[in-house]
Amino acid sequence: MKYIFLIGLSLFLFSFTFQINLNNDPTEGVKVGEKAPEFNLKNIDGKTYSFENIKDANGNTPKGFIVVFTCNTCPYAQANEQRIIALHEEYAPKGYPVVAIQPNDAAQKPGDSFEAMQKNAKEKGFPYLYLIDEKQEVYPKYGATKTPEVFLVDKDLTVRYHGAIDDSARDESGVEEKYVEKAIAALESGDEVSPTITKAIGCGIKGSKAN
Amino acid sequence: MLRNSFTSSIRFASLTLLVVAVSVVASSFKNSVAEKPALNADVKTDWPKPSYYVKDIPVYNTFTDIEAAFQQNNDTTYIINFWATWCAPCIAELPYFEELTEKYKDSKVKVVLCSLDFPKQVETKLVSFVEKKGLMSEVIVLLDGKYNDWIDKVSPDWSGAIPATYVYNKENSRFFGEAFENLQELEEAIKPLL
Repeated sequence: MKYIFLIGLSLFLFSFTFQINLNNDPTEGVKVGEKAPEFNLKNIDGKTYSFENIKDANGNTPKGFIVVFTCNTCPYAQANEQRIIALHEEYAPKGYPVVAIQPNDAAQKPGDSFEAMQKNAKEKGFPYLYLIDEKQEVYPKYGATKTPEVFLVDKDLTVRYHGAIDDSARDESGVEEKYVEKAIAALESGDEVSPTITKAIGCGIKGSKAN
Repeated sequence: MLRNSFTSSIRFASLTLLVVAVSVVASSFKNSVAEKPALNADVKTDWPKPSYYVKDIPVYNTFTDIEAAFQQNNDTTYIINFWATWCAPCIAELPYFEELTEKYKDSKVKVVLCSLDFPKQVETKLVSFVEKKGLMSEVIVLLDGKYNDWIDKVSPDWSGAIPATYVYNKENSRFFGEAFENLQELEEAIKPLL
């Protein structure tokens, strides 16, 4: 009887362990060097886009994609808007278009609704795709936790860089190191990307309460 | 004889299972309640002096200036919450930190609300917000915008998303990268350290 109790206790402790590990899993989301998760999302023009049908500024198959999780409402996303536009204008003709994805739940953030995205893009003249992750299925696959957050994906659809656009997310005048530009330069020259991961403060992505 | 060896093998198996389970549980606790690295003898553990004050709110220009606040070597448990006045989920969880401050006012528990508001908004927004809400918890401001240089120093588990909360005392630390939904959740977070 005692042994049955012990076995029971062991199993109980085991189940406890699994619970803890699930809750604290730091391995969620794609890692640098892994395949970028596929998506098929609606753009502000009503068309849907995936890696298969996105072209660069010359209508060619891109050499890479600057995937940016961003939104209308976050002050950090706003502080990076002009930089994201500049990235696209500089690099879309060179084969690296920006693909912006808005991941917030519009029910919680009406300022990030599809209509609000269309309006914001029109006012600011976003030259890049601004897709909505309506079902909130894409950002968890990437492991994106905040806006803005960049994943640089190469032509083989491998993630090569993950993090901030540069080292001064809040204040463009303080930028000393342009991480994304450096990473693209490394892809172009065939060098190792360095750094491959950076961090910055951003607004936590608002997941649906229903999820 | 046969029965004896059968019983002893069950005993052996169950004990083994128990030992494995306990060690796995122990190691997973190690993950969630990380042991703090030993402090260097020269690390100051007095509360760091701010770069300046805005009204009564201490402002720190760089993470280096505030680093000692994450390394206090005393009997107090510190709950350091990163927030900003423009961050809606941060504002939503503020009442729970205030309740915690009130509930544990006679214990060695200290809540620190570390604002990451933009420099321009410290005087225009933060000060009036703190006054209007009558916040009892200590509010400080960290202005260091070279985020990649210091986020990992708070916790390698932190992506940089706010709200975020770091809880520690001289023995253990825990990090939470999401908002708390109520006081109970927040209390559960600090209990393993008390």
